[in-house]
Parts: sequence; structure tokens; C-alpha cells
Amino acid sequence: MNKLEKLTYFPGCTLKDTASDFEISGMAVMEALGYVLEELERWNCCGTVFSLTDDDLMHQIGPVRDLIRAQEAGSEEIITLCSMCYATLKRSSLFVNGNQERLDKINAFMNKEIDYEGKVSVHHLLEVLRDRIGWEKVEERVTNPLEGLSVAPFYGCTLLRPQEIAIDDPDAPTVLQDLTQALWATPIDYAYSVECCGAYQVVDHRDVVIERTHRIMSAARRAGADVIVTSCPLCHFNLSDTQKELVRTIPDYEEMPIIYFTQLMALGFGVEAGKIPASLKAKVKRLQTVKGEG
Amino acid sequence: MTKAKQTAQEEFALLELSMDEIVDKVEELSGENVFDCYQCGMCSAGCPLAEEMDLLPNQVLHALQMKDPEAMSANSMWICASCYTCQVRCPKGVDLAKVMEAMRQIYLRKRMDHVSLDGLSHREIRRLPQIAIVASFRKKTG
Ligand code: SF4
Ligand code: SF4
Ligand code: SF4
Ligand code: SF4
Repeated sequence: MNKLEKLTYFPGCTLKDTASDFEISGMAVMEALGYVLEELERWNCCGTVFSLTDDDLMHQIGPVRDLIRAQEAGSEEIITLCSMCYATLKRSSLFVNGNQERLDKINAFMNKEIDYEGKVSVHHLLEVLRDRIGWEKVEERVTNPLEGLSVAPFYGCTLLRPQEIAIDDPDAPTVLQDLTQALWATPIDYAYSVECCGAYQVVDHRDVVIERTHRIMSAARRAGADVIVTSCPLCHFNLSDTQKELVRTIPDYEEMPIIYFTQLMALGFGVEAGKIPASLKAKVKRLQTVKGEG
Repeated sequence: MTKAKQTAQEEFALLELSMDEIVDKVEELSGENVFDCYQCGMCSAGCPLAEEMDLLPNQVLHALQMKDPEAMSANSMWICASCYTCQVRCPKGVDLAKVMEAMRQIYLRKRMDHVSLDGLSHREIRRLPQIAIVASFRKKTG
């Protein structure tokens, strides 16, 4: 067997908890592509949101510690799957890398750690797939083409905004559509793919989040989506949480499956995908039998 | 006047800061110049949560420019989800998400929190994923 290439992987707390299907499927598809996601040792929670005030070095310490862990491991990069971790770590790296004054202050403060040299860069797995592996290789690995499946990409915020960390064009991204096509599925166009779902406002303004996510899902359904694909565990929670409410309040409400992009890949690769909603599983199976007969 | 509005005004009074001081502080914390904004309204047109706000995002900036205390008592800063839609669309390069954060920080650094565990039921705490709770508390507590 060929040796797997290593990627220094930062899971984040949500992938170890409510979003475990994201990690399970992510590991499986990367292995199928010849890579192993090697978990960073002793990582700590990045703090979820990047501190937006310039004088607040305190809240950079969490993310910078994670960059130090990568440096200790001899790696010059960190790969994330969770798009919120991506944004927080990436913004912290841009905040300190190359800024000697900030580096000195933070290093002086963390006197129990080795000094962070400011050389670790942060990337999202979608960038690795697009820029290093390439859609052709992804397509070559497909064993169960998802032909006939309509996929609504939901980018959310943190892969695309602010501009300096965007992994794609913030207003017209294509990376999830390109991935969808490599899996032989059909990406659909709808007005809400780069909109915000309301994020953590679900804690104390749940009604606002329900209203927004309902709009997002209705637009995707009208455009003919069979499934919504995301890379953010918070988007995933918000959309799913709202659906539970809709199922409860609207008679005959038909649920829209919501999965991570790695789960869609796993379906196409025929590898471990974690929990897939039954309706989607049935749909994929049906598509493949029809093709088999035809 | 609604109760929420009244409380917000009382809270503003507790800051014991003039609007001149507030605007200086906002600019210092955010690194943004609130006078760069020329009121084109692009931010509000794209803001996904504008409907819920007492003042639209561009109106918040206008109020700051006019030294109008309503900037600080409107619910807008607490509704803003830091989604950065306004920042990528602003033709003047104003980072409104940072301005909103600076305004929140003025309250939070005086220990005036806007979300608390006591306000959440056990059921909710169990239901919500860590990512939501951590983010919310990072944005709304000091
Ligand atoms: S963004 Fe969230 S899930 Fe990711 S590490 Fe930070 S807190 Fe944890
Ligand atoms: S949780 Fe909502 S707010 Fe966050 S990235 Fe996802 S879409 Fe945006
Ligand atoms: S988009 Fe920019 S310039 Fe236009 S109103 Fe908003 S902040 Fe001001
Ligand atoms: S960052 Fe805040 S103000 Fe700007 S668009 Fe998003 S929610 Fe609206």
C-alpha cells in the first residue's frame, strides 16, 4: 500500500462533539485520496470567534497556542474542516505573522511556551482539495457517481468573509459547486448560498435564526435541491434545529437533508460517511439502481 | 417608549461617557474612522439581520457621526452577527463589523453583559452546541 501523505489537522471542539460525522467522513475521504489527517497534539479551543478589537491581545493567545503546537510538530501549516475554526485561526495567524511587535508581546506573555515564530499558515480542507489535489483526482476516486442528485451549496460566512481570509470569491464562490460536479452531482443556484444564517444569535434570538434559516431552506427547495451541503457545524445546527421546529408546526413538512461536504464526498467515494439522513440515503440508492438498469 | 428601549437608555447613562468620548473610543478600539462612511446604504441593503435592528447599520454610523446617543441605545450592535457582509460590500472600506464590536466592548468592559447562563434553561443549554454558546458568550459578555 502506498504511504499516506500527512496533513496537520486541527479538529476543534465541535468536531469532537456534535459534528462527529464531519470528522469521520473527512478522515475517510482523505484516506481514499492518499492523505492522513494527523491530529495536532494538545490543541486547545480557538475561542470560536476572532477578537475584533485591536488592543485585545488576550484573546489571541488561544489561537496562537494552536499555531505553536503546529510549530512544535515541525509543521508550517494547519488544516481545518470546521469553517469557524478556519476563520478564527486564519485571522489570528494574519494578525501576528510578520508583525514583530505583536509577536513579541504575545510571546512575552506566554512565558511557559516556546516562542511562536510567526510561520504557520492556516488552510481549509476545501483549499487542499481544490489547489493541491485537484478536482480531476477527486473525480477519479468516485465509485458511486451521484448523477441526478441536486445539491445546494451553503457557504455561510466564515469561508468567505472578511475578504482577507476568503478561500474563494466572496460574492460568487464556486468551490462547493466544483466539488459537487466532480462527484457527478448537479449544483443548484439559489439566492442564499453565501448568506448568514444568524450564527450564535440562536442562543438568545432563536426566532431570528428560525426566520432566516427557513428562508434559506425554502429557496433551496424551490430551486430543486435534494440536499444542502455545508462546512460549518453552526450553520448545520441552525438549519437542522429550525427544521425540527418546522416539522413540529407545519403538517406534512418534508425535511431537507443537511450534510457536510465531506459526507457528500463519502457518498460518492463509497466510504464511511457518518450518519446520513434516511431520505437522502434512499434517494442516492434509487439514483444508482436506475443507472445500473439503464 | 418600550421597556427594552428605556433600559437601554438607562444602561447608556451608566456608562457616564459623552458621545464625543464614545466616538473616540469606538475609533480607537476598532481602528476604523466612522467619518469615512458617506451613507450610501450598501451595508444595510446586504445586512441579513437589518430587519431586526432598531437602527440600520448605516444609521448606526450616521448616529455616531452626529454624536447621537441612539447609536448606543439601539439594539443593533447586539443583533449584529459579525457576518461581515457589510465589510465586503462597503465601497469606502469601512469595517462595520469592527465598529459594532467596539460599541459592544464599551459596554462589556464595564461588565454590562448581554447574555447570561441564568437566562437560559437547562434544556436550552443541553440543546445548544458548544460552538453556539462559546461564540455567543464571547460576543456578549465581558
Ligand atoms: S471554532 Fe469552535 S469548534 Fe472550532 S475550535 Fe473554535 S470553538 Fe471549537
Ligand atoms: S453559522 Fe451562520 S453565521 Fe456562521 S458561518 Fe455559518 S452561516 Fe455564517
Ligand atoms: S456601505 Fe460603507 S459607506 Fe456605505 S453606508 Fe455602509 S458603511 Fe457607509
Ligand atoms: S456584520 Fe453585522 S452589521 Fe454587518 S452585515 Fe453582518 S450582521 Fe449586518
